[in-house]
Amino acid sequence: MGVTLTVQPDAGRRRIEELLRQNEDRVLKRWLEITAAVSAGQADRDDTAARLPEIYQALRQSFTGEENLSDLHGLLAELSRSRARQGFSPAETANAVFGLKEALYEVVEDDGTPEALRGFIWFSKIIDDLGLFTFETYAAAREKIIIDQAEQLLELSTPVVKLWEGIVAVPLIGTLDSARTQVVMEKLLQALVETGSEHAVIDITGVPAVDTQVAQHLLKTVMAARLMGAECVISGIRPQIAHTIVTLGIEFGDIVTKASLADALAHALRRSGVEVAGSRRTRVALRTEEA
Amino acid sequence: MTSSGELAIGGSSDIVLVRQRVRAAALEVGLSLVDQTKIVTAASELARNALVYAGGGRVRIEIVRNGVRMGLRLAFGDDGPGIPDIEQALVDGWTTGTGLGLGLGGSRRLVDEFDLRSAPGEGTLITVTKWTR
Repeated sequence: MGVTLTVQPDAGRRRIEELLRQNEDRVLKRWLEITAAVSAGQADRDDTAARLPEIYQALRQSFTGEENLSDLHGLLAELSRSRARQGFSPAETANAVFGLKEALYEVVEDDGTPEALRGFIWFSKIIDDLGLFTFETYAAAREKIIIDQAEQLLELSTPVVKLWEGIVAVPLIGTLDSARTQVVMEKLLQALVETGSEHAVIDITGVPAVDTQVAQHLLKTVMAARLMGAECVISGIRPQIAHTIVTLGIEFGDIVTKASLADALAHALRRSGVEVAGSRRTRVALRTEEA
Repeated sequence: MTSSGELAIGGSSDIVLVRQRVRAAALEVGLSLVDQTKIVTAASELARNALVYAGGGRVRIEIVRNGVRMGLRLAFGDDGPGIPDIEQALVDGWTTGTGLGLGLGGSRRLVDEFDLRSAPGEGTLITVTKWTR
């Protein structure tokens, strides 16, 4: 873009620069009107209104030397990002930039000289490039928001909870891919160390489908916990999941699996020497363990 | 054939999408909960195979009818290296990757009809069908 600016210092371009300087108030006012028509609320309008004069100045300065183009890009990127956050569509953002063409065209028409018309073609191309630039920035900003959210979700969706002294549980919800399994495994192993637990329950009630990859991830997590001296129970195996696992031919070997989290907790309690006495009023009796 | 749709498989997020679409289609066909889970799991395996071994592919989801029975047909296609020995590939525990080696053979057991066409250098086309009972 910088090349285009310096290679064509012809009469048309100079005429446009003049027009932009002489009719600054008029063009700017018209541009604001056009942009306001596509903006949704008053707050957005005010926000845009504050930015456009700055962009206008930066654009004019960019014609005098190409090093100033970075200023213009910076301002446009800011506009784009702020609009992406406010939920504008990329077309609305680009339209705000394209509006300057319409605003200037009215001035060019009044001027009527061939130079101004030729120069307008050149100006038009520059604005198109700038519009595309906002488009790209917008897409990049959106992408960033999505990546941030995915990371937040990853953090949110893998809690390790303590069920009892020496027993921790990981309720898994949703799809288990490699990235999530990694997080689950790290958190579980960390929690085992921190709480000094010897039992862990991995609950897969919220996992919609267990395929070979999910199974492999689960097996690896259990193996890693075992290496640290903890026993893992996998719970929340619903009938259709059990059916699928058997048909696929996945073997869980000697890993204890239970239908519900309650069963898994009872199993872990028994294994750690806690007896749950079933009576009318549920009592939990602790038996002292002799080391 | 009453309805169909084609999805591209280009990344692991697409596998999630394939699963969701297949589950929705399985519900529409009226498959039982167990059969829904089976076809979704098979779809997950085959989509991942296309992604891991061929670098991507596509799946065609079709609702088919055979007399009074409704069925769900999935056609997974890719332009990858192909499978040189199909018999070997279907053996449980055999894999050229890092998985469990149960995906292909397991998928065959999860569905009612299984058709695998592949040759080295010509990609792979796997068509599976699950019928209502």
